[in-house]
Amino acid sequence: MIEARSLSKRFQDKKRGEIRAVDNVSFTCQPGKIYGLLGANGAGKTTTLRMLATILEPTDGTALINGFDVVEHPEKVRANVGFLSTATALYPRLNAQEMVEYFGRLNGLDEPTLKKRIDEIFLRLNMNDFRDRRCDKLSTGQKQKTSIARTLVHDPPVMIFDEPTTGLDVMTARTIIGFISDCRDRGKTVIFSTHIMSEVERLCDHIGIIHGGKLLEEGTLSELRAKHNEHNLEEIIVKVVGPLANTEA
Amino acid sequence: MNLHAVSVVYRKELTEWLRDRRTLISTVLVPLLAFPILIGGMISLSTMLIGQARKDIPKVMIIHGEDSPAVVAALRANKEIEVVPYASNWKDQISEKLIRAAVEIPEGFQASLEKATPAAVQIDYYEGEIKSEFGADHAEKSLKDYRDEVIKKRLETKNLPVSLISPFDTKKQNIAPPEKVGGATFGGFIGYMVILLCMTGAIYPAIDLTAGEKERGTMETILSSPVSRLDLVLGKFSLVLSAALATASLSVLSMGVSFSLIRHFGGSSGARGEAVQLLFQLGPKAVLSVFLMALPLAVLFSAVLMTIALFAKTYKEAQSYLTPMTFLVVIPAVASLLPGVELTPKLALVPILSTSLVCKEIMTGTYHWGSMALIFGSSCVYGAAAIFLAVKTFQRESVLFRS
Repeated sequence: MIEARSLSKRFQDKKRGEIRAVDNVSFTCQPGKIYGLLGANGAGKTTTLRMLATILEPTDGTALINGFDVVEHPEKVRANVGFLSTATALYPRLNAQEMVEYFGRLNGLDEPTLKKRIDEIFLRLNMNDFRDRRCDKLSTGQKQKTSIARTLVHDPPVMIFDEPTTGLDVMTARTIIGFISDCRDRGKTVIFSTHIMSEVERLCDHIGIIHGGKLLEEGTLSELRAKHNEHNLEEIIVKVVGPLANTEA
Repeated sequence: MNLHAVSVVYRKELTEWLRDRRTLISTVLVPLLAFPILIGGMISLSTMLIGQARKDIPKVMIIHGEDSPAVVAALRANKEIEVVPYASNWKDQISEKLIRAAVEIPEGFQASLEKATPAAVQIDYYEGEIKSEFGADHAEKSLKDYRDEVIKKRLETKNLPVSLISPFDTKKQNIAPPEKVGGATFGGFIGYMVILLCMTGAIYPAIDLTAGEKERGTMETILSSPVSRLDLVLGKFSLVLSAALATASLSVLSMGVSFSLIRHFGGSSGARGEAVQLLFQLGPKAVLSVFLMALPLAVLFSAVLMTIALFAKTYKEAQSYLTPMTFLVVIPAVASLLPGVELTPKLALVPILSTSLVCKEIMTGTYHWGSMALIFGSSCVYGAAAIFLAVKTFQRESVLFRS
């Protein structure tokens, strides 16, 4: 389970002064459910997800990941999380298997367990054809599969995806979407951010709309549609964010 | 600290490092091949040139001397030179290498000798031009032989023994062991090379493991793993340190091969001979001591370079930050080579300079254990402080995610 409690993150910028990237954001994601975090570029999605993955430390507030506090026990949190984003690249000079093994070992898996996990994951993701190929020689789809295997190797109960399909071709994006759906089916807690509304409509059980660092709206897709009397999710976002966006402009 | 995690990070970094072609070139190939090729090539070339210069009989011109046939005859009798006819532009001819030297005999030189009044013969040559120097040397030898002959005749005329002008001989006897003789000349240089190579060997991996990770987009990947920042830094640092020490070791080995080449090409006398002697008489104690003293310095370099490189977003940016660092190392290391710079308690606390100075002493077979302990200890403190700084820098979000 993910429980964000008044999460806030401020940055200091020489030109713009203090920037509130995330401002007092609270939400809960349940196991076996997918939480979609929606918002424009710079809304605060990546910063929120990075704080949940303990890559960034909150300025105020905290979050509990599977019962562990992100501020007090960041290493335990990371052991319970699989984090995937377009910015999480692979080590070019390792092959696919070595890449996954490395993260398995960092997660404290013993060698027999690691071997078993890798065999299972490589079979499930159909990766055996390129397990010995260096990551810099892999196709985009093969790289994404290797990244997925890397996040899955320690079988984390919580998965965090930050715009995982951005810039990918249709087939590779489908692999990722299928994988996210599979995570839910396996009872994992999943949170992901995206710009692609069709992905949200297909996957998300719960949606949060974030803008200017604040969580403006939250609910299931049907709740949001009913509240805003609008079927199209894109229109709902425009309605939620629009007044603020116009004010900022 | 989790040693298992540090070891996992280290082994992964080592695997990647060994697979990097640039690493093989900068850490293995260049140190192993550059010294033998460079030094061996230079030695063989200079040996060939010197040999050729010795074979050629230099042309020497005699200026004036028409009234001094005896000295002219002495010069002409020397088979090592070829006396050429007089020409008024002899200086130009020396410059243009048409002749190699000229002997200027003053007017009335022989008459002066007979009257026993002082007189001087001048030899003109082109300094730095080896064939000209050989020509001048041969001409000077003929003149000295002639002078000795004149002295001998004067003494005989007066029924005086030759020993009158040379009542006793002097003889110099070296009591310093060969390693000290060589060490005094080359010891400082070897210490300097080890220190400099520890630095240059650390630069590339320090960049690759910090700014390189940012540029390739793998920094966020590794930060999302459960490894602590401390273990991550220590694993990376260990690899950078290994690279620094490997570069220095391979370079010293390569220098050994280069010195062997010098010996092969017949350099057994003079400075080259000392170098060869040094190499073959340096015991493992001296070499290990130098590496031991350089170890905390390599720690300092590795940690400082990693810390600085981490501020950069790209490989190129990191290179521009680290290039000036080379000067910071070269200057104190070179200062230790200057004559008169001796190890004092105050200097023992100055990093780099102190290590370079103590390496120079070790190479001459001198072990001041107190100074060595002080230098090793102070360098360890600096190294530990640098590691602490590196760990702290790795925990700064503003550095890791600089935009």
